[in-house]
Amino acid sequence: MFDLNGKTALVTGASGGIGAAIARALHAAGAIVALSGTRKEALEALAGELNGRTHILPCNLSQKDETEKLVPTAEAAMGGLDILVNNAGITRDMLFMRLKDEDWDAVINVNLTSAFRLSRAALRGMMKKRFGRIIQITSVVGVTGNPGQGNYAAAKAGMIGMSKSLAAEVASRGVTVNCVAPGFIESPMTDALTDAQKEAILRMVPTGRLGTGADVAAACVYLASAEAAYVTGQTLHVNGGMAMI
Amino acid sequence: MSDVAERVKKIVVEHLGVEADKVVDKANFIDDLGADSLDTVELVMAFEEEFGVEIPDDAAETILTVGDAVKFLEKAKAA
Repeated sequence: MFDLNGKTALVTGASGGIGAAIARALHAAGAIVALSGTRKEALEALAGELNGRTHILPCNLSQKDETEKLVPTAEAAMGGLDILVNNAGITRDMLFMRLKDEDWDAVINVNLTSAFRLSRAALRGMMKKRFGRIIQITSVVGVTGNPGQGNYAAAKAGMIGMSKSLAAEVASRGVTVNCVAPGFIESPMTDALTDAQKEAILRMVPTGRLGTGADVAAACVYLASAEAAYVTGQTLHVNGGMAMI
Repeated sequence: MSDVAERVKKIVVEHLGVEADKVVDKANFIDDLGADSLDTVELVMAFEEEFGVEIPDDAAETILTVGDAVKFLEKAKAA
């Protein structure tokens, strides 16, 4: 089940923890994977670990020109693009009253606008092929909200609305568009939390543990598969039950 | 029939899966040939590829019939 042999995938933010886990899982299912991110060394290390069937495509998604070249470059490198995972994201957390325009713009630009641009660029090839999988990595806070994350939650909620609209447009062409919404996932960010903070978080998570990159990646492999052809416009929550929505 | 018209009609027949004899100059893609709005976008993309031209959005909006497409592409080719 969930065989991605012969499929080509582009994962943004593959230099980060969740992105790398997604790239590993798609690769393990047989896909050729283009690894994109801002930190070239991290991408090279991941490519070394995967040992074949990878391409390294560094890209700064805050730059429009670079972003618009990424999908054509990936298509040229791999001979097409079947699966796009918009995983890259940044945070600029701040209480709303103190939230600066720059921090709002930066988060919307990298987290939402780049996902729009990459999805738009990928559509031409996918519609022609009558097959495509666009997966947006959003967040539980895009649905529940979170103090201090007005900009981030707006971008993540925006991804969900964007994906539903696009899903409706291209469903008849064999292209699905879905979101995966992680909850609290083990990462350098959660490593920095104190034990007391971690305990408070875990009280909200019925599963009783933080999620892992692999938990998120498994959802992506499913949505990328041929078996998920009838699932589109959905948001798959991977949060250990902390929000049942 | 011009070479351009022939190629346009071939693309329309293939893409919309309609009978060739229905693809006449006056045929409207949406009203007569059953295209939806996404089909018209895909047709424009196919024309762009076939003829190696770029069809800007405002021009694409004026291409409503098979004849419109042929006329536009003949002009683009001559330019």
